[in-house]
Amino acid sequence: MLVHSRRARRAVWAVFLVLFLPLFALPLLVVLAASFATHWSGVLPSGPTGAHYRAATHGEALQALTTSLVTASTASVLALAAGTWAALAAAALKRRYRRVLDALFVLPVAVPSVVVGLATLVAFSQPPFLLNGTRWIVIAAHTVLVTAFAHQSVAAAAARLDPAYAQAAASLGARPARVLWTVQLPLLLPSLTAAAGLCFALSMGELSATMMLYPPDWTPLPVLVYAATDRGALFTGSAVAVVLMTATLLVLLAVSRIRTKASYR
Amino acid sequence: MGIRFDGVTVAYDGTVVLDALDLTVAPGEVMALLGPSGSGKTTALRAVAGFVRPASGRVFLGDRDVTDLPPHRRGIGMVVQSYALFPHLRVEDNVAFGLKARRVPRAEIRTRVAEALDLTGMAAHARRHPRELSGGQQQRVAIARALAVRPDVLLLDEPLSALDARLRSGMLTELARLHRELPDVTMLYVTHDQVEALTLADRIAVMDRARLQACGTPRELYRAPADAFTASFVGGANLLPVTVDGKGARFAGTHVELDTTAAAAGARATLCVRPHLVGVGDGPNRLTGTLAEIQWRGATHRLYVDVGGHQVMADVRELREPPGLGDAVTLHFAPEDAVLLPAGVGDE
Repeated sequence: MLVHSRRARRAVWAVFLVLFLPLFALPLLVVLAASFATHWSGVLPSGPTGAHYRAATHGEALQALTTSLVTASTASVLALAAGTWAALAAAALKRRYRRVLDALFVLPVAVPSVVVGLATLVAFSQPPFLLNGTRWIVIAAHTVLVTAFAHQSVAAAAARLDPAYAQAAASLGARPARVLWTVQLPLLLPSLTAAAGLCFALSMGELSATMMLYPPDWTPLPVLVYAATDRGALFTGSAVAVVLMTATLLVLLAVSRIRTKASYR
Repeated sequence: MGIRFDGVTVAYDGTVVLDALDLTVAPGEVMALLGPSGSGKTTALRAVAGFVRPASGRVFLGDRDVTDLPPHRRGIGMVVQSYALFPHLRVEDNVAFGLKARRVPRAEIRTRVAEALDLTGMAAHARRHPRELSGGQQQRVAIARALAVRPDVLLLDEPLSALDARLRSGMLTELARLHRELPDVTMLYVTHDQVEALTLADRIAVMDRARLQACGTPRELYRAPADAFTASFVGGANLLPVTVDGKGARFAGTHVELDTTAAAAGARATLCVRPHLVGVGDGPNRLTGTLAEIQWRGATHRLYVDVGGHQVMADVRELREPPGLGDAVTLHFAPEDAVLLPAGVGDE
């Protein structure tokens, strides 16, 4: 604690709550309240009902939830595989080439995601890579967008990994592939799961690139939230948003449990 | 299986870190590579392990040229300063790692892990994780892991440097015992600590500035060092500039007697005498000077005596009434305890 006196500490807490609650917590709470409401004419929503959740967990919305979960999982796994591979390969490169590689992977984050969506659309609308109109174009765009985070997180951990472990394994007779699977990846597991969680959360909430790409039979949940509020169904949209939020948080919680089990230090 | 370096040169970005090393380690021998940091000793060891590629020269294990072989096909055991125990594996799985990599049958793995842990006295800790062990225990596990694959060659890279002084001397005894129990294992032992080298090694290779300076048994290097660096690094020494004359040499205006068969009269040379062989009081080869510094080390006193502008160190049994700074002190040493070295870098 940087602040010692009890009064000062209380003051800091008060400032924190005044700033934090309206900005971060209140909107989420309001969405939660709205998802149970039928009217909102006063200060607070009124006419409590669970009907929106029936809509938000059945039919179209349920399918969108599955779509989002499949898209996010696939994109995260692909991003993690590509990002980890690149990060481990880069560790063997000279510093100058490593910087070039890092910059390359950061590019999709530096560029607005609308541009990434447009680029993906243009690139994959022509044979031989005709993905437009399929679910794969959405997954591809999400993968491109989140790989940056996977790469960055794993590269940082790989740089900190003492090469003595891999060398000890090699001196004991382990081939490079065995060293990777039995030593390097287990030691990188905490950062791998952290990266997986981050990728998953980002992909679950991705809207702007998705809007340009999604085919009718592959509608992720954020698109549904947007569509619902756009046509004025604010309370249904809120319910769907709460479902999206809950699903994401549950997955993150599960992933973080893997991490605590696998940390050795 | 022995180790042979045949003109091994290693360079990083144009800087030569190991310069044309020629060295042969006999099968079953313990060879210490002794030198200060940056002397190239660790690089030599890593060239045997396969983690650095020589710019020129060949490395042999037995009759096999392993220069171009990747590390996992060299069949050596290695223990490093940080131990590099796999933190996510239990002690027994750390020890079993090399056996699994070599596809040893499962039943045999169990017996050999138990054997290696027994040998190092770690059998009771098989189910622990490395982080639950003390430094000395981790050290034993690292040795057990390297020995479990029954290597012909064991490379030890500063294995005791991370331990405190008391543990270190205990582990030294342990290593000596291990070597007696495994007399066929050739050991290459990299260290900057002369006590470790003198205690353990059959022969010592003294390295400095990427080069091999001297190689011989501990006794040879200690009794009759061939150059000033070896003399001061192995055991510590007074290195005094002298001019050879008739039946001895002149040092700071005083005549001292010693064996001068190796040097011509009139030549400049360096006289080397160990501090503990210098006595206080009258005797042969008297040197008189003033006390510049005195250190009490419990059982001994170390005197730094200024003799004609040169510092002479003497380690003597604890003095009941030590002289004060600036007092006149008389020192002496026996002619047979002095060695004449080529003149050069000694007088520093």
